[in-house]
Amino acid sequence: MAHPLLRIDDLVTAFPREAAEPGGPPLVAAVDGLDLTVGAGQVVGLVGESGCGKSLTALSVLGLVPPPGKVARGSIAFNGEELLTAPAARLRQLRGAEISMIFQEPMTSLNPVFTVGRQVAEAVQAHLAVSAREAWARAEEMLAKVGIPEPARRARAYPHELSGGLRQRVMIAMALALTPRLVMADEPTTALDVTIQAQILGLMRRLQEESGAAFLLISHNLAVVAQMAERVAVMYTGRLVEEAEVGQLFAEPLHPYARGLLACLPARAEKRGQRLPTIPGTVPAPDALPPGCAFSDRCPQRFPRCQEAEPALVEVAPGRKVRCFLHHDRARTRQGLAA
Amino acid sequence: MSQGYQNAEPLLKLEGLAKSFKVGTGFLGSRKRFLKAVDGVDLAVLTGEVLGLVGESGCGKSTLGRLALRLLRPSAGRVFFEGADITDLGRRQLQALRRQMQIVFQDPMTSLNPRLTVGSLLGEPFAIHGKYGRAETGRQVAALLEEVGLRPEHARRYPHQFSGGQRQRIGIARALALRPSLVVADEPVSALDVSIQAQVLNLLMELKERFSLTYLFVAHDLSVVLHLSDRVAVMYLGKIVELAPAAAYTGQGQHPYTQALLAAAPVADPKRRFRPPAIEGDVASPLAPPPGCRFHPRCPERQDICGQQEPPLREVEPGRLCACHFR
Repeated sequence: MAHPLLRIDDLVTAFPREAAEPGGPPLVAAVDGLDLTVGAGQVVGLVGESGCGKSLTALSVLGLVPPPGKVARGSIAFNGEELLTAPAARLRQLRGAEISMIFQEPMTSLNPVFTVGRQVAEAVQAHLAVSAREAWARAEEMLAKVGIPEPARRARAYPHELSGGLRQRVMIAMALALTPRLVMADEPTTALDVTIQAQILGLMRRLQEESGAAFLLISHNLAVVAQMAERVAVMYTGRLVEEAEVGQLFAEPLHPYARGLLACLPARAEKRGQRLPTIPGTVPAPDALPPGCAFSDRCPQRFPRCQEAEPALVEVAPGRKVRCFLHHDRARTRQGLAA
Repeated sequence: MSQGYQNAEPLLKLEGLAKSFKVGTGFLGSRKRFLKAVDGVDLAVLTGEVLGLVGESGCGKSTLGRLALRLLRPSAGRVFFEGADITDLGRRQLQALRRQMQIVFQDPMTSLNPRLTVGSLLGEPFAIHGKYGRAETGRQVAALLEEVGLRPEHARRYPHQFSGGQRQRIGIARALALRPSLVVADEPVSALDVSIQAQVLNLLMELKERFSLTYLFVAHDLSVVLHLSDRVAVMYLGKIVELAPAAAYTGQGQHPYTQALLAAAPVADPKRRFRPPAIEGDVASPLAPPPGCRFHPRCPERQDICGQQEPPLREVEPGRLCACHFR
């Protein structure tokens, strides 16, 4: 049986409670029961607001959850291979070569005291038995491929000598140097100006198509995800609340949170200057969630049951999952009619 | 949102405004260089309007906002507020003027003193301007908090006890304490999450109506600026390249840079597939801006003249200004 490239099942990534009350739960789940699948060559968008657990999901895949946080439960399978129980040496083999990551701020993720060429070459040498000369040649080739002008000269530049856009191109060159099968890009264009963002998005799309790598694109920017992803998963308070094909989600979001997020974008307002629809309140802290559905305290459509039990993530149509009682009932009715 | 401002006098008028910063002073001052953040800007903000100022990092939009409030002293040019020249006012005179002109900053976490309670933070403007006694200040602070959607009891808390959106409400309350007529909002929602951004934008629009405010709204996000503003000025490397009513941009920008900005902004609609980047390259350094039109090295329509002569900002349609040789 063919395995999906990445399959996350019931992932719980948790942190110790700051001041644990006696008898209270010792851990707070920042990612709570997440299921997510990325097929080979697919571009999946993972969206949500700050603190929803989207970056932590990627760090969990890489085995890089910052301590004292840890994965408390679940399974992460890459090409059928369980990563959560894999030895550290195996994870090091996979990281960079098979699964790589592009971070938001290349200024903090590149080493300021080495030239960018050396950093890309080092990534190559960490995984392939090649000479320093060959690794350097590969680095220059990658810098050219990501559209850095005068790659041979720029390879000798230090990160601070490059603009933000060029630095992000270096990060992409490093992430793709070993033709990984999965690239996780965490807010890759958030720190960039809009004209540079457009260049980087165009570059990522081109490289994705050429390399056939799967991308997990993590972003708070719904417009970026709309333009890049095939499928989109929406997270709220560590949970997936909706997952759909990109066209479906943007045409008809089902979960009230997803609806609210889309409605409040100024670009989607019907009239200039009109009052924007809003989601009342703020995202609750992970240790202060309302009872029942985690969105129930802000939901304009809640009814009593929402505060009694947490809805499950249910497939309401092929390829479309929603964590909301409103749609569960609809799905059940549909199934009932079919039966 | 803009009833009858058409005949209004400019509340704020900037003439030939420029600001250079000395940077990179080498060892023993051997290599003085000047960064021209703002370079010859003429702009009028009319009473009661929202004038949006949009551009990418380093274009000078924030510097322009600070010059307008005389938080910075211009290197050249004049600033007029309500018809009076405020370019050369001294500290004391400026302090009196600040009742009428205020600023909302991008990141309330860094602009609010973490050691003061919200009550003290909001009471400060009244104290500085000697407006009220203690009891009355308390009442005013409570009223301010309610105006921005917070509760009077929040006055006892410290900034870190609030969420980002609530902190921005506090920043707005502080700016409004003395009932200014002009508010410069410098990226007021860029640090906020999408759902909170909409709440704060709504609040800014409500307050504008309630207190008859005039906004100079500085931001990099075109969709936000176009939604809120009556007119929008686009800046590139210290210059205004286009100025037009916000509605005029929904069709298309006139200046090639505006067009590129509009094309580069991704749309939250997967059916409208994103076109490849309209312009290549990076913004030139303001330390060494290109000669002629500053946008010409990146412009898809450039001709020889663009590298030689700087295009003036002139009217290309009624009410629409553009700085391009070919418009």
